[in-house]
Amino acid sequence: MAAVTAEESGVGAQAALLDVNNIEVIYDHVILVLKGVSLSVPEGGIVALLGANGAGKTTTLKAISNLLRAERGEVTKGSIELGGERVQALTPNDLVKRGVIQVMEGRHCFEHLTVEENLLTGAYTRGGDRVGIQQDLEMVYGYFPRLKERRGSQAGYTSGGEQQMTAIGRALMSRPKMILLDEPSMGLAPQLVEQIFEIVKRINEEEGVSILLAEQNTNVALKYARYGYILENGRVVLDGEASALRENEDVKEFYLGLSGSDRRSYRDVKHYKRRKRWLS
Amino acid sequence: MGVLPVRTIGIWMLAVPLAILAIGLAFKGMAAANPSFFFTWPYFIEVLIAGLLQGVMYSLVALGFVLIFKASGIFNFAQGSMVLFAALTIVGFIEMGTHWTIAFFITAGIMVLLAISVERIVLRPLVNQPHIILFMATIGIFFFLDGFAQTIWGSDVKVLDIGIPKTPITVMENANPSDPNDPWQYGILINQYDLIAAAIGAVLVTVLAIFFQYTRTGRALRAVADDHQAALSVGIPLKTIWAIVWSVAGIVALVAGIVWGGKAGVQFSLALIALKALPVLILGGFTSIPGAIVGGLIIGAGEQLAEVFLGPLFGGAIQDWFAYMLALFVLLFRPQGLFGERIIERV
Repeated sequence: MAAVTAEESGVGAQAALLDVNNIEVIYDHVILVLKGVSLSVPEGGIVALLGANGAGKTTTLKAISNLLRAERGEVTKGSIELGGERVQALTPNDLVKRGVIQVMEGRHCFEHLTVEENLLTGAYTRGGDRVGIQQDLEMVYGYFPRLKERRGSQAGYTSGGEQQMTAIGRALMSRPKMILLDEPSMGLAPQLVEQIFEIVKRINEEEGVSILLAEQNTNVALKYARYGYILENGRVVLDGEASALRENEDVKEFYLGLSGSDRRSYRDVKHYKRRKRWLS
Repeated sequence: MGVLPVRTIGIWMLAVPLAILAIGLAFKGMAAANPSFFFTWPYFIEVLIAGLLQGVMYSLVALGFVLIFKASGIFNFAQGSMVLFAALTIVGFIEMGTHWTIAFFITAGIMVLLAISVERIVLRPLVNQPHIILFMATIGIFFFLDGFAQTIWGSDVKVLDIGIPKTPITVMENANPSDPNDPWQYGILINQYDLIAAAIGAVLVTVLAIFFQYTRTGRALRAVADDHQAALSVGIPLKTIWAIVWSVAGIVALVAGIVWGGKAGVQFSLALIALKALPVLILGGFTSIPGAIVGGLIIGAGEQLAEVFLGPLFGGAIQDWFAYMLALFVLLFRPQGLFGERIIERV
């Protein structure tokens, strides 16, 4: 199956905020993790990055936010452009200032800080803009009323859902143009996942924040995203409009757990998968 | 949030005098039972105060450890040698004829430079390595600083005098006792030097506590202490934060160096007061500034009281090991220390 790049499929109709062009990522100088990933996120869009464990979703996000360097990873080929400017050499601090912030997988709240202090750390790069920060704090509490109730609790003692909300709220405090959202559904009850995705969608619509979402939960991700890329073994194997992906037979079978009209035997499925692996 | 500290403070204000009273009564009982012990209340209070003041000076050293541990999770083995380095440097400048205030600012500048180079040369290449590796790097810094300071400034014992009076003062004296055996007739002797040193320590601690709790940079420091990765992800620049923390720790080391150097002379053994800070840290908790203070006070007072009143029981020299025994007990029952951040583990 040939990789279909973003350019060919014509997302370019809208102005692209983020353009990732054929990047290769190597960890520790030896481990090749991404083998040419291209994607593009339009201004104000929600784009999903799907795939199984180890497909390279998180690495792609970290390559964009440049958290990779702290993990001894490196973008060795290709380019990452934000609004036409190459951003690979920037530090995470610079990128946050330019409006790209990552919400890491597994929440990563500051355990010993209160929920409110957690949110305030998100505004670090904004300096001493007290009035604006206070307004944004109210804005975040508007999206997540639950956080207002828990504002004084240490984040380490709040529930998984509250921590995820804190992490998203914290990112929002930096006034981002784009949030890289890594696995927000991890370890949360299905109902809570829906709730968080609804809020993310509202943030996207009301604040105009573009979202690049890495998810294993293909079903939910394709429901809220407008466009999707499917990663496998460090490559984009399929991309398209979310609605088209939802109808795609392969996606249904591999990621949504639905088989097509004619039941295939287990042997065929195995064969098909094995053949794919040879190709890649 | 609001109610809790008030309640805690209330409990402490009640519990501490009671504990002191209980210890005093226990000693008094011992003295009554065994005539070889000597006990009077003024003497007890005098020893207690001397111990507490000594304790503040331990806290000063412990504080440097806490700062770096909080922000980077590293136990900075080099803190003791930073104290020595700072003290030697300021003495060096004073010997050259600079006024001590100017020497202080020059040395503070040098400590900041030192902090920045530590961050650049040692910490930056080791980002995201296990803590043990960073810890070993600080052992390296310890040996380097230790040798470097003495190469530059020589290894003689030096006198550091910044004009703090060393004469003791007497308080609560009952000059005209009606009873010739009145224990209060000589009052309580307090070492003026220790008193001023304690005041300096108190000011420093208050400033630091406010800085950590209420400023943007302070919050970022605590965030970095919790989670390096997350701090990076929200755009907190680790390099800057580390340079700030090491600078602050360097200046705390300078103050500790001046206070200790003025008391005991500036020499190699100054680097070893770091060992005295260890039980303070274990008692107070590695991550808590108030813990470093209270830990220091308890260790200082406990040490002195034990030496003076329990010493005869063991043949003296309790002071040298009492603190470590206390620390051992704390480790057994409350490994995070009295004030340490509770180790939050959720499933």
